Amino acid sequence: MFEYDFMRTAFAAGGIVAVVAGAVGFFLVLRNLTFAGHALSHVGFAGATGAVLVGVGALWGLLAFTLGAAIAMGVLGDRLRDRDLAVGIVLALALGLGVLFLYFYTSSASEATAILFGNVLGVDVSTLKSLIGLSVIALAALGVISRPLLFATLEPELAEAKGVSLRLLSVLFLAIVAVAVAESAQIVGVLLVFALMVGPAAAALRLASRLWWGLAFAVVLAVAETWGGIALAYVTDWPTTFWIVLLSCSGYFVSLFTSRERTYVDHYQPSSVAR
Amino acid sequence: MTEYAVELDRATITRGRRVVLADVTAAIRPGEFIGVLGPNGAGKTTLLHAILGLLPAAAGEIRVFGARPRRGNRAAGYLPQRRAAVADLPVCGFDFVASAFDGERWGLPRFGRAAQRRIEAAIDAVGAVALAGRRLAQLSGGELQRLLLAQALLGEPHLLLLDEPLISLDPHFQSEIVALVKRIQRSRGITVLFTAHDLNPLLGAIDRVLYLGHGRAALGTVAEVITSEVLSALYRTPIEVLHINGRIVVVAGHGAVEAEAHLHDV
Repeated sequence: MFEYDFMRTAFAAGGIVAVVAGAVGFFLVLRNLTFAGHALSHVGFAGATGAVLVGVGALWGLLAFTLGAAIAMGVLGDRLRDRDLAVGIVLALALGLGVLFLYFYTSSASEATAILFGNVLGVDVSTLKSLIGLSVIALAALGVISRPLLFATLEPELAEAKGVSLRLLSVLFLAIVAVAVAESAQIVGVLLVFALMVGPAAAALRLASRLWWGLAFAVVLAVAETWGGIALAYVTDWPTTFWIVLLSCSGYFVSLFTSRERTYVDHYQPSSVAR
Repeated sequence: MTEYAVELDRATITRGRRVVLADVTAAIRPGEFIGVLGPNGAGKTTLLHAILGLLPAAAGEIRVFGARPRRGNRAAGYLPQRRAAVADLPVCGFDFVASAFDGERWGLPRFGRAAQRRIEAAIDAVGAVALAGRRLAQLSGGELQRLLLAQALLGEPHLLLLDEPLISLDPHFQSEIVALVKRIQRSRGITVLFTAHDLNPLLGAIDRVLYLGHGRAALGTVAEVITSEVLSALYRTPIEVLHINGRIVVVAGHGAVEAEAHLHDV
């Protein structure tokens, strides 16, 4: 299957996006923010269809809307808590706008399907380059904030006392999530971003007891599930997104049924230098 | 003139529009173990937040080792009141403690040997080496408090601010934690402010009591402060102090001030 250009591009795009989705998703699950990821992808739908309508790439419309929404969510912060109704209605409005933009963009229904459910086999080389650029930015930013982000996630009160700005961290992290969502939507579509960002991370957090092993495991799982999905789609001719989602969900369910105590492969060992 | 570890000079501290502490003056010497006592809502947590620089003094002055309180002061170690959510975190004890190591600085987590050694030293100091490899969900309340204490010790602080470390612990674990803090305070010669809503577990460990109530404060030894006269003046209502089998019970006209049932205060 590697003899085709579009397959090689699909594997490259799927792989690089999976690395970002797995790593960002790990912190997303740790911070109990999975719903925020889901909400951002819905907002992104309006951006993607709007961009297609005015003749810009769907990726850039997605990115503009997810980034805008992410920064708004980060700034509003706690004020959004217990505002499920308001958030839900704004999401409905975003999806409704997306439908309107699609109505005006009458020429193709396949474009809508691609935005909603992804089309990794349709990624062209220029999109691949954009995805690589965005991934480098997202991973570099995540690296820069990772230490305070983890501190603020596990110990918010202590972090605040130590001078960490929880608000700033929250905005920065959600902006990184926005990039990861926009990228993931290219692979599995806005409706199923959850599968790529949350599934591998949730399984990894159950299987690993050390944090950084968990992060590495989430990335490896995301890449394996994405590549596995593309390969299975090639063999069966069924949609790639279906296979990726199936593998992601299977991974999570398998992690649920494994005994936690016995499966940790990464127990903490005190270093010999300690004493 | 001696430099005090913590000094409140006619300090008024407000939270929102509510005046929590009004015109409080107190001076704590370096190396003292202070029990910060008072009923719920008396301002124990608020006082610690003010010392940490999270809340400014609305009037008067607060000084920490002679300087204005500021967030990120490395001289101060802090153990926040435990949230129920901590126990659900899917991390092992070592990683939990390690997350606080230099956590206020940008960058990747520290994996180096020097970092690992210092984190392990803090875990060792609270006798939690055996807990480092276990998930937080598998730990008891007392074990979690040890790890939180290890986090507070990471920067080798001169001042430890411990917010209700005894909360929802059995008496046996309460005395273990008090003894542990006392040992650390003695061996390192550091100042400890230890909040609690019951004085008894702290008897024998503390040097002095800072008793908060009705926005005011009284600082002194247990014998000086926990008396009918001082507490009655603090609350402006008759208070009786009873000594029963070595325990001290503070009783207001209508019942115990330090009720057993405890809800989180702000």
